[in-house]
Amino acid sequence: MPVAPPSLLVRDLLFAYPDGHQALHGVDLRIEPGERVALLGPNGAGKTTLVLHLNGILAAGAGSVEIAGLPVEKRHVQEIRRRVGIVFQDPDDQLFMPTVREDVAFGPANFGLAPADVAHRVTEALAAVGMAEHTDRSPLHLSGGQRRRVALATVLACDPEILVLDEPSSNLDPVARRELAEVLLGLGRTMLMVTHDLPYALQLCPRSVILDDGVVVADGPTRDLLADRELLARHRLELPFGFAL
Amino acid sequence: MGAGHAHPLHLPRESVVHRLPPQIKIVAAFLGVLCVVATPREAFPVFAGYLAVLVGVWVAARIPPGWILRRSLIEAPFVVLAVLLPFTGPGPQVEWLGLTLSEPGLLGAWNILVKGTLGVLTSLTLAATTPMRDLLVGLQRLHAPAMVTTITTLMLRYMEVIAGEARRMRLARLSRGHDPRFLWQAGATARGVGALFLRSYERGERVHLAMLSRGWTGAMPVLTADTTTRADWVRGLAPVGIAALLAVTGWVIA
Repeated sequence: MPVAPPSLLVRDLLFAYPDGHQALHGVDLRIEPGERVALLGPNGAGKTTLVLHLNGILAAGAGSVEIAGLPVEKRHVQEIRRRVGIVFQDPDDQLFMPTVREDVAFGPANFGLAPADVAHRVTEALAAVGMAEHTDRSPLHLSGGQRRRVALATVLACDPEILVLDEPSSNLDPVARRELAEVLLGLGRTMLMVTHDLPYALQLCPRSVILDDGVVVADGPTRDLLADRELLARHRLELPFGFAL
Repeated sequence: MGAGHAHPLHLPRESVVHRLPPQIKIVAAFLGVLCVVATPREAFPVFAGYLAVLVGVWVAARIPPGWILRRSLIEAPFVVLAVLLPFTGPGPQVEWLGLTLSEPGLLGAWNILVKGTLGVLTSLTLAATTPMRDLLVGLQRLHAPAMVTTITTLMLRYMEVIAGEARRMRLARLSRGHDPRFLWQAGATARGVGALFLRSYERGERVHLAMLSRGWTGAMPVLTADTTTRADWVRGLAPVGIAALLAVTGWVIA
């Protein structure tokens, strides 16, 4: 039986911004299908830069990125963008269409699905995040937690190989935060979650990777990494007040 | 559809006119205004005919005339210009209530007033019967340039986001003792506008990234199936047919 290729394979990725700032100094990362991995690191560590490489928005200076065996290259950038579902930090950036339905339909329609299939995907994705009854509303009139779940649905509707979440818990009240966690755990999808919210990483991701100054400095079970206070301190990370592992 | 985008000029009703596909209403309004503009200004009764057609549409759309008339006040600033013409226009002059008025000026004022009013009333009728979102769908179906429909779609979504941002920035200024009533503090307001522009610009870049990430290739995907029938077109353009006949009558009698 052939072994499925890893959902995400990053090899020796280097990247410098046009102004000469070297953001990634050789990143290696391998995520198997079904894994949920947290990407931790201080501000300016290169997390966002790495994320923008995964779907070909930024092009690697050197090294390679593969999504389920398909290299991220210009000639199949459209298929890559379907396979990598990025949920951005601010849902107001992600939800740009006038209604929830149109926003969720935007991706599948761009990826060439027939209208009937698009409609089906919209229904399914909104049901998966518990927002089925808000289909025809404007994102303006949803709460922060609801917007976040719709933003997730816009990506789920594209049926991605890997979900990439940028700070999913930011600006959420405790209930919305928990509800989102329940939705994410229920999806059963491969996930890379960029976050500063260490307890959230522990709750959702069995494995964590710490990125600092453009390289992966630690990779292991989330609980082990978060228990290592020295390691966290070296990379400007710490558990919130009152937490101990 | 379009819930949450009820603009102040829209009057949600169940009616034949409301149900018409948006692109037909846009075409009808455009052609209707063309007919009005093309009518010679001396063909006075024809303009009454146009008004009658509009009233007919309002009845069919169940819009109270008062509702439309109140909103047509938007035209008032333009009327001022028209009112000046009889006093400033060239001769020959006519006497009226002790005032000496220019005859071409009077006709010019009448021309602006009647055509402007009919134009405003037509646009208001279109707006009252069509939500913003549907207007965009209509433009898209009429093959308006993709750039235009994209920008308008995004504007529809972000207008309130940006207004909210402006509100928060204003609160932050007021909380730190800013009082925009004083002229010397106008600078802070101006810088605030600049900052708002930068914020919106940066948001624009982030939205663009989000669009690219979901396969954006330069045009909004068509998401609503077009089920327009020939009968819809006939129904929608019927008032325009009457308007065209009126315009022709105008040319004959003037």
